[in-house]
Amino acid sequence: MNALQISVKDLQANKLSALLNVMLVAFGIGILTVLLLAGKQLNEKLESNAKDIDLVVGAKGSPLQLVLSSIYYIDFPTGNIPLKDARQLAANPLVKKAVPLALGDNYEGFRIAGTDTSFISLYGLTLQAGRFWKNKFEVTVGAGVAARQHLKLGSRFYGAHGLTGNSDIHKTHAYTVTGIIKPQHNVVDNLVLTGISSVWGMHEHEEEHQDHVRPGQPEPFENGEKEITSLLIQYRSPMSVVLFPRMVNQSTHMQAASPAMESARLFSLIGIGADTLQWFAALIMVISGISVFISLYNSLKERRYDLAIMRTMGASRLSLMGIVMTEGIMLTLVGSVIGLFVGHAALQLIGHFQASDQARLDGWAFDSAEAYLLLTGLAIGLLAAFIPAVQAYRTDIAKTLNQS
Amino acid sequence: MVGIKAVNHQFGQVSLRFADWTILQGDQWLLLGQSGSGKTTLINIITGLLKPAAGEVHINQTPIYELSNAELDKFRGRHIGIVFQRPHLVKSLTVGENLLLAPYFAGLKQDRARVTEVLSSLNLADKVSSYPTQLSQGQLQRVAIARAVINKPALLVADEPTSSLDDKNTDAVLDILISQSRLNQSTLIVSTHDKRVKERLNQHYILD
Repeated sequence: MNALQISVKDLQANKLSALLNVMLVAFGIGILTVLLLAGKQLNEKLESNAKDIDLVVGAKGSPLQLVLSSIYYIDFPTGNIPLKDARQLAANPLVKKAVPLALGDNYEGFRIAGTDTSFISLYGLTLQAGRFWKNKFEVTVGAGVAARQHLKLGSRFYGAHGLTGNSDIHKTHAYTVTGIIKPQHNVVDNLVLTGISSVWGMHEHEEEHQDHVRPGQPEPFENGEKEITSLLIQYRSPMSVVLFPRMVNQSTHMQAASPAMESARLFSLIGIGADTLQWFAALIMVISGISVFISLYNSLKERRYDLAIMRTMGASRLSLMGIVMTEGIMLTLVGSVIGLFVGHAALQLIGHFQASDQARLDGWAFDSAEAYLLLTGLAIGLLAAFIPAVQAYRTDIAKTLNQS
Repeated sequence: MVGIKAVNHQFGQVSLRFADWTILQGDQWLLLGQSGSGKTTLINIITGLLKPAAGEVHINQTPIYELSNAELDKFRGRHIGIVFQRPHLVKSLTVGENLLLAPYFAGLKQDRARVTEVLSSLNLADKVSSYPTQLSQGQLQRVAIARAVINKPALLVADEPTSSLDDKNTDAVLDILISQSRLNQSTLIVSTHDKRVKERLNQHYILD
């Protein structure tokens, strides 16, 4: 026998109460785990996807929407901008690099992005197989797209109009896979990259046949002038931060949106919900602490004679205190471990059912901060067990035995 | 050897004075007295559970109240076995585990063979895995005695061990206490006001 076995046996004898306490702690820790991991993963994904992009220039509309659509590929673009204007901006001395993007089609939910080779250098892309696109209707696919759609070099597929769904398939031209990009662990893994001319070519042909141009929808080639969706811009110098966005917003028909600012705004919007959940989880943890305290306190009242008998067998005051503390710590520690497991499982489940691939949450990812959650559980166990443990310490053997 | 010298204790305004008492190793004594005469108080003082207001208690030449609290706890666990009127066992533990608590808290080796040996000597070998709630009152009292003797204590003390038992069980419990104390060469003190017990031991310490 030892203190741990005595504690375990006592908890086993009070299964229901122990189970309730463990469940409460697990619930609180589970929510905190989900919040911790989801927040961290989203933040990492946002940072990884934004790379060194200082500014996104696109059609006027919501700046957040522009950033979400052009960097994270999770919203509809705000519209198109004339290629001529985009070229003028790209040539501005304040701009170090400008990467054009032409969006509008998808393949089985994976976005087809028309761009040029500057996109490759922006993300530092390397190939797993084949080569980057060169000719019209050639594509290079992200590792995630290749894996999930079982695409190989030479595979051919049709793109569909729109950013999701395949109800409006461009059957006139098929794309051919010429390369597969190495896993980047960012949004590129879920992109189909091709030349802008391919996107234009696809829609030129469609326009000629009047296949899918619907009233009210932005048309890719207004007045015969070529258009793109947006420009991803890197500044040449810190001075550009002040001058360039203002210049774009005031003197052109386009808008400039800063990914850093819009991401921060997005997080502050999500943050309200996350904060509420965080407080809710903290409240559950406090309730679980009180519950552990009450259950140990009540159990102690029933076990006073047990403890007094143990003292007559030579148990020191500290031994009894240790037994009660062990019970409190075990309840919260077991609850915390289960909570961490539940949190990871919940995150995996959320990730599984996420509509978008771009910021998919991963339940298998671990974070060192989870150790703090375990420590929190430990601290709650210590706090909850402290008063009952002190009472056990102060048990007056003679008085207790006489009272019995 | 057990000795008490000039021991007195105060309960509020009531003062209890105990006559000096020397018990040789292996002796078997009855501590007699009516209810409220101070039997339990004296038992608690002898076993180190209640520090007297004044006086000395020696067990095997050790002045137990000169020990620190932790030392006294350890000393009690190793050298004193106590049987109470109510045979209280820890309900969440089996009979075997209840017995192992004594060597654990005393810091001695937890010997399962010794558990079997003691239980066998009390005809309880088949109850080693039973829980206290599965035992009769008589069986519980025998397990309590087994727990008190498992560490082969120098002093075995029983406080009103028969008051809640019928005649048959009273005889059985006294037989066990006497035989176990002989077996372990322990000094035995049985505190009682039970008239059925008086004739079983010759040496009496009487409280007025």
